[in-house]
Amino acid sequence: MTMHNGFPRGQTAIVGASTYGIGKCPGVSAVDMAAKASLMALDDAGISLSEVDALYTSAPYEALGGMELAEYLGIAPKVTDCNRTGGSAFEVYVQQAALALAAGLINCALIAYGSNPASNRSPAVGMTRQSPWEAPYRPLAPLSSYALAASRHMHVYGTTRVHLAEVAVAARKWAQLNPEAAVRDPLTIDDVLSSRMVSDPLSVRDCCLFNDGAAAIVMVRADRARDCKKQPIHVLGAAHAVTHREISSMPDLTETGAAISGPSAMAQAGVSPSDIDHVMVYDAFTITPILFLEDLGFCPKGEGGRFVSNGNIAPGGTLALNTNGGGLSCVHPGMYGLFLLVESVRQLREEAGERQLDAPQLSLAHGNGGVLSSEATVILGTSETL
Amino acid sequence: MIRPEQEWQSYLAAGRFMIQRSRSTGGYIFYPRIAEPGTGADDLEWVEASGNGTIYAVTIVRKKDPADSYNVALVDLAEGPRLMSRITDIDNDAINIGMAVCAYIRQPQTGQPEEQPILLFKPQ
Repeated sequence: MTMHNGFPRGQTAIVGASTYGIGKCPGVSAVDMAAKASLMALDDAGISLSEVDALYTSAPYEALGGMELAEYLGIAPKVTDCNRTGGSAFEVYVQQAALALAAGLINCALIAYGSNPASNRSPAVGMTRQSPWEAPYRPLAPLSSYALAASRHMHVYGTTRVHLAEVAVAARKWAQLNPEAAVRDPLTIDDVLSSRMVSDPLSVRDCCLFNDGAAAIVMVRADRARDCKKQPIHVLGAAHAVTHREISSMPDLTETGAAISGPSAMAQAGVSPSDIDHVMVYDAFTITPILFLEDLGFCPKGEGGRFVSNGNIAPGGTLALNTNGGGLSCVHPGMYGLFLLVESVRQLREEAGERQLDAPQLSLAHGNGGVLSSEATVILGTSETL
Repeated sequence: MIRPEQEWQSYLAAGRFMIQRSRSTGGYIFYPRIAEPGTGADDLEWVEASGNGTIYAVTIVRKKDPADSYNVALVDLAEGPRLMSRITDIDNDAINIGMAVCAYIRQPQTGQPEEQPILLFKPQ
């Protein structure tokens, strides 16, 4: 396999992508939803279930979810992975699947996720433990950790609550163009500023949704991709960085591991931020797009708040960010990372309806896991970018 | 082998705020571990922390009754390591990043929520 800065650039592609059950999906279990999204993504690709020989999934309540979904679908994968990097897991799966495909270890990778916490109240048991070094101080998990990062960014760089509110409002404006988005009511800066404070400086409207949703994508090598139903979306780069687990061990609360994963993925892809037409970043809280836009190089460090101002990331702004409405206004069932990738694929295929950008060629999807702990960046491109 | 959490808690119960230091690298370590992060040096000894620190970041968890609201802060110790704690003896809204604070230990007592000794900070 030919490698470009440590990655088989363009040698694999996403050929199927789907979402299912966004908003409310009652009466079923998480694995039902993951299976449904899987079959939809396979149908989107024109690939049969029997062709899948690698399965990557992160179940919301079952630590051994890879085996669970393999059993449910009735397949016997050669590679099964359920990594534990939180919401970034799915971007990491793209990296791992691309390497395994390019090496010839596997031929067809299915990456799937389903979760319905809004409809099914059974708690996510046994997936994490409370840190003995933080629990006595009763931080809200994970909200207070992100609030601490926001407080530091405001202190060092003069970021304001209005800047944070701009992120929420832009997400809502994109959601209003996406019929699938769960929350589409009008939202103003004042609405965000006057909403109930939860953990300073983050209010209710600075927090992502906690609703239902499933998604899946299918990956194959570029040669196989040519025979699929739709145009292949090539994986040009994928890189990952873990810097800590708990917020008290994060080296610098104003700089995330995206400052490592972003430049690595872009070097693999041979692109720079100014080349990228469409950006999806994990918006668990309004502070996270500000941090990631800086760390990924879309604006200088510390300028994120000013960068997102005046509708710059809303429809009609200079950077098309989180065009599905994001975790803030579209879907966030606990781990959101796979939805980022699906929206990137839809934009690059020009399937995004009213919110469609003008012929984008390059999209960046950036996943986040834990409390800014795990950062993974994927660069996707149309055939023109090969 | 060091029993990091147990030994730290025992010191705390005895009213002592201890952190670790590597004899070979001189690096200070918190939270307690069996080896220094980054170097893997396992020649660790317990040393008394100065207790002096600076607030690095802070959030206030807001409750319906403002009297129930509380702060969660990250404090940079003078020795270098950072930890999570709570700042007392000051109104939540008066807490600022950069403020100098000093550590103290509150032992479990009637009328306090904690059942274990807890490390807290107050303004210097």
